[in-house]
Order: sequence, then structure tokens, then C-alpha cells
Amino acid sequence: MEDIIIELKNVHKAFGSRKILKGMNLQVRRGETMVILGPSGTGKSVSLKHITGLLEPDSGDCYIFGKKISGAPEKEKSAIRAKMGVLFQSGALINWLTVYENVALPLREHKLANGSDLDKAVMQKLKWLDLIPAKDTLPSDISGGMKKRAGLARALTTNPDIVLYDEPTSGLDPVMSNVINELVIRMKNELGLTSVVVTHDMESAYMIADRISFIYEGQVILCGTVDEIRNSSNPLIQQFIHGKTSGPMILDHS
Amino acid sequence: MNEFIKSIQTYFYNTGYMVMVLLQTIIQSPHAWFKRREILEQMYIAGVGSLFVVSIVSVFTGMIMGLNTGLGLRDFGAEGQIGLLLTIVLTREMAPFMTSLILAASVGSSMAAEIGTMKVSEEIDALEVMSIDPIRYLVLPRIIGFSLMVPILCVYSSVLGILGGAIVGTFQLGIDYRSYLQDVFERLTSVPGLKDLYVGIFKGYIFGIIISTISCSQGLQTTQGAIGVGKTTRKAVVLSFLMVIFSGYVLTALFFN
Repeated sequence: MEDIIIELKNVHKAFGSRKILKGMNLQVRRGETMVILGPSGTGKSVSLKHITGLLEPDSGDCYIFGKKISGAPEKEKSAIRAKMGVLFQSGALINWLTVYENVALPLREHKLANGSDLDKAVMQKLKWLDLIPAKDTLPSDISGGMKKRAGLARALTTNPDIVLYDEPTSGLDPVMSNVINELVIRMKNELGLTSVVVTHDMESAYMIADRISFIYEGQVILCGTVDEIRNSSNPLIQQFIHGKTSGPMILDHS
Repeated sequence: MNEFIKSIQTYFYNTGYMVMVLLQTIIQSPHAWFKRREILEQMYIAGVGSLFVVSIVSVFTGMIMGLNTGLGLRDFGAEGQIGLLLTIVLTREMAPFMTSLILAASVGSSMAAEIGTMKVSEEIDALEVMSIDPIRYLVLPRIIGFSLMVPILCVYSSVLGILGGAIVGTFQLGIDYRSYLQDVFERLTSVPGLKDLYVGIFKGYIFGIIISTISCSQGLQTTQGAIGVGKTTRKAVVLSFLMVIFSGYVLTALFFN
């Protein structure tokens, strides 16, 4: 049996009268990179927030490592989140801490390491992500690409099993986008991480995905390999991957 | 009608949220020792950062009050009493009141804006995902640091206000500064004078808790990006002003009625 470690079962979520998720189903296997693809405003980031337990579904359930995170008490959520790292769209670095201090933050706050052990763990992650020269710099003084890498370094500090990426290449130039894409692949290959990547960057999705879930109007309409998505006859998917302005897709979901 | 019911619901939700933030901070307070560096930092931000404006406002308030009361009392030949009057008014009411309003407008607003910006830029989400409690990490040092600094600034403000009164008394009203300071000293060492001072310090502490709790909880509830941060900041200042005035009256009635 396949080792499913992330599962969303028939998740519904609305904000006021706006229904975002309308029966979202998703299964992510251990060690794979699942890309959640779809137009803006269709519930990609909301799905990610359900996986982290930051949002509670109106109905349906979310399971991580077979444990229900939706509706779980904060203590249980914390235990599940300890195995998770998240790279937020903007990096979400604490703005008064240097890059080094940001990366050290989870270790310091949970007293997982101190002194030379902490320094060793932090420097290792900074080295992986080529951030040593920027380690004493504040987030406001580094580029967008560096912020993403610093955010990724922080997400990896506690050696998680799952890493969630929210639009890791948005706002970056093509070269920096590829640097991030290569990092995602490297993290998977070297550390055996399970990754969920939310994006609408087709090139990035083709490059990093083992499987792609295409979301439209709060539901997965197709989940398959890169080739399966690429060769799908679904007009919605074809319109999206070719960036056509005419087709069945409702362009403004907001 | 629906709008009215909605605004009542929002009011109760906001009040409940603020109480919850304060209760969670109290529950987290045993961790204060581990956050001592951050608490000292917040004390520095609230104290040193506001020292200039508190000094100017306090000295001039003392001068204005001294001049007004002195000129009024001169008709009765009692202008020599302004030292006593200013000591009572400043230590008991004006210093905590002025200091709190200044700090609500300067430090409280920046607290709400800072946490609000962190909320909309997903930094608070990032903390939660790392299982770092935002109350312990962000709110606890701010509430403790701020509420400890307000009483200190209240005493400082009282001293400067009294000195402002002395300047006006000596140079404009022709009062002997030694008798002015003698009155101040006698009042402050008497039982009612000490009570004024203690109540003023206590008020400052309570106002500090109120302002920082309102500012932090408003910040944590921020939505809608930059517009939301602006709204949050304004709401935090307005609510702080209202609550300081209201609780100031309650505390005065409680201690002096």
C-alpha cells in the first residue's frame, strides 16, 4: 500500500459568503513532490493552510502522518508541525532578526540546541543555501531570492519530514527561480523530503513535480504526472498551461 | 438593523479577544524570565523612546497649570499654594493620564502597526507553524515591558511637572522656590501624599496593561494588508484613549471616593 502522509478529505472552506474549497481531496505520498497548480484565487494557499492546521475546515478532514490535524488541540498540532517546515510566499522572516537569528529561531525557542550545537546546525543550513555572506544582514536589506532561501533555511532547521512551499518562485527573475527549483529538487534527493509546492509557474511545476494536482474552483480536477497534465484533454488545463485568455476558465476568482 | 447587530457582535468578539489575549499572557507569565532580554528591550523602546516628548509635555503642563492656578489663587492671596496643588493633581491624576495618552499614541500605535504588519506579511503564521506561540514570543514581552515602564514614566512626569510649576512660580508669580519645594516635600511625605503617589503609580501600571493589551490584540486581528494595518493602528489608539479615560475614572472613584 502506498505510504500516504498528507491527506485532505472532502474539505470545504468558506470565508463569509465566498466558498473557496468545495470538496478538496488530496493525497501526498512519502518522498514525493506534489505540486498544487491552478489559477489565482482557487484555493491553493488555503489548501496549504489546512495542511499546516492554520485554518480549520468547515467540513472534511486533514490528516498528516495518519493523524488528524483539523480540530486537533494545539498541543497535538504542535507535535505534527514539528515534522513540518513551511516556506511562505514572502519568506515571512522576522524583520528585526538577522538571517542567522531567523534560522536559529525555532531551535532557540524550543531549546532544541544551544551554544556550538546551535551554531553548527544553523551554519550548516546557511551553507546549503549559500547564505553565509548574508548571515548578519536584516531581512529588509536582502533581495527577494535571498529572503526565500533564508525562509527555506529556517523551514529546514528542525530537520522536517515535510516541507510546504507557498509560491516559491513568485516575484523572482528566471535565474533565481531556477535556483529555487533546483533547491527543491536537491532537498528532495538529498534529504528525502516530502514536498507540497503551491505555484502557478508552469516551468517550475514541470521541473520539480513528481505529480501535479490541478485545482479549479476549490476542487482537484486532475491529479497526475507531469506528462498526464501536459497531455490532458481537459480544456481548462490546456487553457491554463498555455496561458490562453479565451477558453472555459473564469478569469477572475477574487 | 443587520448592520447594528453585526457591530454589536464585532464589539463583543473584540472585547472577548482582548480578554483572551490578556489571560493567555497571564498564563504565559512564568516564562517572563526567559524573555527578560525582550522585556528590557520593550522597556527601552517605551521609556527612552518617549522620554523627550514626555519631558516636554510634563514641564509645559506643570507650567500651564501652575500659571493658571497661581493667577486664579492670587485673587485670594493664596498663590503660594500652587506647589501643594500641583503635587496633588500631578501625582494623583495628571501624570498617569498624560503619560498614558502620550504612550498610547506613540508606543501603542507602533506596537499595533508592528504586530499588524507581521500578521499581514504571514510572520505570525510562520511563528505558529514553527509552534512558537505568538502570545509568548510577541505579546508577553510587550505587555510586561510596557506596563512596567508606564509607572516609571508617571513618576518622572510628576517630577518634571512639579519642576515646571516651580519655574512659573518663581519667575512669573514671585513665589519663593524654597517654600514651593517645602510644600511639595511635605505633601509627598504625608500619608495622603504617599497615597496619591502610590495610586498614581498603580494607575500607570493598569493603563500600561490596558494600552499594550489593546494594541497587541488589535495587531493580531489585522487583515486586509496595508489598509488593515492603518485601521488597526487607529482603532488601537482610539480604544486605548477611551479605556484609559474610563478606567481612570473608575480607579479614582475606587481609591478616593
